Amino acid sequence: MSDKVTITIDDCKITAPEGEKLLWVALDNDIYIPNLCALKEKDRPSASCRLCFVEVKGISDPVTACTLPVTEGLVVKTRSPEVDRLVKTAFELLITDHRLGCKKCPANNSCELQKISKERGLKYKSKRFKPFEKDEPIDESMEQFIFDRSRCVLCGRCVWVDHHVAEVGAIGFSLRGIKRKVTTFGDYDLADSPCTECGECVKVCPVGALSFNE
Amino acid sequence: MSSDKSAEKYLNLKTKAKEKMESLNEKTVVMVGAATCGKAAGVIDTREALKDEIEKKGIDAQVVEVGCMGFCYAEPIVVISKPGFPSLCYGSVDEGLAVRLVEDYLVNDDPCFEYALVALEPNDYFPVFTDFPRGVYEKKIILEQCGFIDPEDIDHYLAEDGYEALAKTFEIQPEEVIESIKESKLRGRGGAGFPAGIKWDVCSKAQDDSKYVICNADEGDPGAFMDRSILESNPHQVIEGLIISAYAVGASKGYIYVRSEYPQAVRRVETALEQAREKGLLGDSILETDFSFDIEIFEGSGAFVCGEETALINSMEGIMGVPEHRPPFPASYGFRGKPTLINNVKTLSYVPHIIRKGVEWFKSIGTSDSPGTAVFALVGKVEYTGLVEVPMGTSLRNLIYDVGGGVPDEKDFKAVQIGGPSGGCLPESALDIPIDFDSLHEAGAIMGSGGLVVLNEDDCMVEIARYFLDFTQKESCGKCTFCRLGTKHMLDMLGEITRGEGELNHLDTLRELGEDIKKGSLCGLGKTAPNPVLTTLRYFKDEYEAHIKEKRCPALMCMHLLGFYIIPERCSKFCSACVGSCPTEAIYTRDDQLKAIDQEKCVKCNSCLFACPPEFYAVEKLSPAELVEEREREQG
Repeated sequence: MSDKVTITIDDCKITAPEGEKLLWVALDNDIYIPNLCALKEKDRPSASCRLCFVEVKGISDPVTACTLPVTEGLVVKTRSPEVDRLVKTAFELLITDHRLGCKKCPANNSCELQKISKERGLKYKSKRFKPFEKDEPIDESMEQFIFDRSRCVLCGRCVWVDHHVAEVGAIGFSLRGIKRKVTTFGDYDLADSPCTECGECVKVCPVGALSFNE
Repeated sequence: MSSDKSAEKYLNLKTKAKEKMESLNEKTVVMVGAATCGKAAGVIDTREALKDEIEKKGIDAQVVEVGCMGFCYAEPIVVISKPGFPSLCYGSVDEGLAVRLVEDYLVNDDPCFEYALVALEPNDYFPVFTDFPRGVYEKKIILEQCGFIDPEDIDHYLAEDGYEALAKTFEIQPEEVIESIKESKLRGRGGAGFPAGIKWDVCSKAQDDSKYVICNADEGDPGAFMDRSILESNPHQVIEGLIISAYAVGASKGYIYVRSEYPQAVRRVETALEQAREKGLLGDSILETDFSFDIEIFEGSGAFVCGEETALINSMEGIMGVPEHRPPFPASYGFRGKPTLINNVKTLSYVPHIIRKGVEWFKSIGTSDSPGTAVFALVGKVEYTGLVEVPMGTSLRNLIYDVGGGVPDEKDFKAVQIGGPSGGCLPESALDIPIDFDSLHEAGAIMGSGGLVVLNEDDCMVEIARYFLDFTQKESCGKCTFCRLGTKHMLDMLGEITRGEGELNHLDTLRELGEDIKKGSLCGLGKTAPNPVLTTLRYFKDEYEAHIKEKRCPALMCMHLLGFYIIPERCSKFCSACVGSCPTEAIYTRDDQLKAIDQEKCVKCNSCLFACPPEFYAVEKLSPAELVEEREREQG
């Protein structure tokens, strides 16, 4: 991975370590690509949020930047009509499953969804899709932080740090499809799980699902 | 490799098996089709009746359980091979017919031709397969022995040249095996049609001390049962293919990933593995060569998405069965991080045939880009349902009308849903499309794993699209945004349309969202899930519009848009069959003693329609529902 390669992102020439994932190369060089689920430390990207699409010269369909290792001469555009269309749809879909009300949200102004909306000019209201009813009770059983599933975007960052950084294993995914959620073993409150309140998961939450108490 | 020794060892096994089969064939053999489908159709009772009667009459005949012959419409099926007579296949054999066959045929030499379906070998008395259109169009390779050999006795397979390809494989280098598979242009039969040889090559070139091969038998499409049938009817064919693939890529351990909902398939594969081990065809030093390899069964828990290879691997590793981004592909980084070759049941089944009969033979069947045959579970509104195998390039029309016998009950053909829940619905105008991976893809459908549902005029295409999307939406793992949320939104919109609550702009939204889900999803499930909706929108847009604009379901299938009406001219004063059938007491007797339906109470359950005697045929379904009021007003 020590070899350097030169790539082009949006007409900017950039030098980067060969094999590094394009998303991190772009972000390190202040070129924004929307993302929610990516974690630099994670070897195998989960590629689940489907927001970091870019256009790569020579590849017909948009590709996810988090999974694309950079190679010499790679030419990338972060915007194109096709990319914008996919990002818009993915964002709209996520918003229909996310409880809005930013003013009351602890992540107001630090939320990744807000950032994507601002960067790409995307609205919080979908004209095409009706929002799903989110009626999830908030888990307030912990002293340090709360867990509000109605704001969770299922990026899985918290689960990964819980398993690989904190090495606690208090939370994981359960159920599938539209019912998929982050929860504890047996679906108990966090207080009744092995959670140590280390707070690693809260730090990586891109939205206001996990937030420290004031 | 000591190939001389292995060839000799194999020949020994085969000779013994042949001798056993010959002595078996000197007597009368009665084969009963006892795959899961046959058992569901009642073959166990038939078998017992046959056995009892044979014993009672003191006849020297053996009853053998075999797998599925593919004639679902004629289950339970029995084949009788009596020395001096051609082997005859009988359909719909219940206990009564079983007793009669023993009495008339086994005792008195009358083959009861009136109950026979087909003869297995040419003769002067009864037609054979090729005398029927189905037999002309079908070309059986991997289904050839299904239903005609005992899947629980390895000698049946050995006597039919089984494992000869394996012995032959040991005479050549692994690279040559891969070269043959590459040259044969065999494409993966799991759905996507990826060239198998390239996959094998990648896995073989991956440098690692241990590698795995996996047979993907996680068949989960509603209405598809090809893999189950092959595993239940000829498990050794798959096992032989898997061993050859392991030799080619250098794997020492193999798995068969099969759903636990297929208990009989699991049992028969277990038996087959044991017998293969006993004969030295599996385990340490196979056929006395220095190649050792063993196979274990892994029972999946029935998640549709686990048919996707990365999800399959995750579930085998004990973690949640959700897909991962590819690359890395399993062929280079798979099970436990090791290079892993994953092939579908059908793909592996072709392998022994290709090795034994040669690449040129295989390429002479089918089309140049999709050689070989296609196996379909032909179901739905078609006369002869069943498992069929036709050369690639056969037209859908030949498949449905000649092999399948067309649409029954004088109904009109409407569409064919091909490729399972992720496939597409193709209309009449697409029937001349040749069946191969690329042509179907162009038309908006996919080959898929081989489900083929024929739909007639009574099927509402909006409801069909909703039904299939409901399946994929429920089976979505929920990992990625497009599939988790996108399919749910599509399903909700389709639900609204079938309830008459849809809006015209839904159609554009459905199309746009469907296209985005196809492009944006992480795995094959999401990438194909919108196909039923996109193809019905493309070919049957008028039906969608009728639901939205007129609140009318043209096929009279969507309950919310229907009304039930009793035609007074046809109704009889002296009959009240419908009254008793109604679960909500919605049917009342009018002053003139004729019956009528209280629309407020009616739950549109269809009961009265079925209860009304055919001589009156007085209950009518109307759509839109308001038509009922109109009729009532006209009646006064």
